[in-house]
Amino acid sequence: MDNIIIAKDLVYHYPQSEDRALSGVSLAIEKGDMVAVLGHNGSGKSTLAKHFNAVLLPEGGVCYVDGINTSDEERLFDIRQRTGMVFQNPDNQIVATIVEEDVAFGLENLGVEPAEIRRRVDDALRAVGMYEYRQHAPHQLSGGQKQRVAIAGIIAMRPQVVILDEPTAMLDPRGRREVMKTVADLNREEGVTVILITHYMDEAAQCRRVVVMDRGKVLLDSTPKGVFSHVGLLKEVGLDVPQATEIVYELKKCGVVLPDDVITEEECAAAISAYLDRHAPGGGRRS
Amino acid sequence: MVVIETKQLSYVYSEGTPFEKTAIDKIDLSIEKGEFVGVIGHTGSGKSTLIQHLNGLLKPTSGSVFVNGRDIWAEPSKIRKVRFEVGLVFQYPEYQLFEETVWKDIAFGPGNMGLSEGEIAERVGEAARFVGLDPSSMEKSPFELSGGQKRRVAIAGVLAMRPEVLILDEPTAGLDPMGRDQILGEIAGYHRATGSTILLVSHSMEDIARYAAKVMVINDAKLFDYGTVDEVFSRTGELSAMGLSTPQISDIFRRLYQMGYAVDPHVYTVGAAKNDLLRLIGKGAAADA
Repeated sequence: MDNIIIAKDLVYHYPQSEDRALSGVSLAIEKGDMVAVLGHNGSGKSTLAKHFNAVLLPEGGVCYVDGINTSDEERLFDIRQRTGMVFQNPDNQIVATIVEEDVAFGLENLGVEPAEIRRRVDDALRAVGMYEYRQHAPHQLSGGQKQRVAIAGIIAMRPQVVILDEPTAMLDPRGRREVMKTVADLNREEGVTVILITHYMDEAAQCRRVVVMDRGKVLLDSTPKGVFSHVGLLKEVGLDVPQATEIVYELKKCGVVLPDDVITEEECAAAISAYLDRHAPGGGRRS
Repeated sequence: MVVIETKQLSYVYSEGTPFEKTAIDKIDLSIEKGEFVGVIGHTGSGKSTLIQHLNGLLKPTSGSVFVNGRDIWAEPSKIRKVRFEVGLVFQYPEYQLFEETVWKDIAFGPGNMGLSEGEIAERVGEAARFVGLDPSSMEKSPFELSGGQKRRVAIAGVLAMRPEVLILDEPTAGLDPMGRDQILGEIAGYHRATGSTILLVSHSMEDIARYAAKVMVINDAKLFDYGTVDEVFSRTGELSAMGLSTPQISDIFRRLYQMGYAVDPHVYTVGAAKNDLLRLIGKGAAADA
């Protein structure tokens, strides 16, 4: 399999701090994957992400993006073209007064031909479901819509990897759903590799792979089911699990025998239903 | 006893311009003293406009706001007093820190109330304890602290005014799960210890179900509902249509109920869910919910 990002023994510490923000992180991300990165604040997850587009350079170890060493200053431009970043606050990322001009901003800076800009802006806005809003002013949009415009501005530059750093932290439930659907569509339909940093466990459950960071190291790295089966460990490092996982964990502690790998509502209802059928008086049914 | 009441409260932004927009529309609301209220509504629903009226930061276009039975705009020159009675913690309040030390930042509000030095010191200490700030950090610059600690300083600055009503606008946005649980636990502790009224604005239905007794739903500038957690969260379909949700555990329980199981369809927290299932299995209710 092709790895689009390879990190080997990354070490980094911020000048104002004695502690290492990254303390020997090795990780390979496959092209086309959708990976969630979890960890409490200060665990090193954003620091790691900033190494993936050369905002930060490793003090120790090495980081490759599409085979390019991020410490190779001459290739900075190539690296930044391959990885785009989306941040928490949509208002800090929007620069223009009209949606389509905002999406075109990065392309204009790259010196792309006007006809090509037009085509890419339209494609990007369609991909995030904001094409009808192309003539709107960004301040007329909801938080979720603004965040989708910010994502369009990134994908118009056709990066191979999109890194999203808590993109839904400031959004309401509908905005969160819109952004997550957009991100999943980009990954599935456009083949963009997605790295999603989040505090929402239900969002991590929608990814294919979940990496948990703690104190500058990779603590867990597996499928969502593999990671969320470590309920006790996750709670120890200040994280959480989806409520579907938590109820099963709590019942198991009381001696109720249920599967280990429940992460969605459907799986939870099915597991509990199967247990009640077999073990509850009267099958647990309403009479 | 009613602590906050609004009557036909309306607010129109940019009135008389092409951008005119009614942000809240004829809201009648009555909140009992000591209540812990969750406030929900999608972005742009009008909830932030509403809460800014409750301590007089915005003046109604029409209608009135009463705090402890007094119309807060009856004497506009005394509006400042309302700000001490109803404390408002904004979103991302850590951006409003400005003093040289944590102590001075927390002392700023009570200092403005014209209290004695001794009284200010007592209130700063008390507020810092409520939010779990270490005494050793009081002489530090607030800007040296971590994000979660900065937010605690900002919340303590409002607590130090000992407001009867404390309103918090998404106090846990951007925090990790542990930081979120700690801050909400501190707010719940403050509520228990002081008996003050709390209004908690949040997009997390799980957090609302866990901490609040009542829920206020604002939708399209109107008060859609104000009732117990059970009353409000049982209107799943309507909440979902307005872009809100219910806790995941409630959705699971509704599913089981529809499948014909004798579960309680009014379950909104994992603790309650566990007890209900243990009852059904015949293991009896666990004591530690």
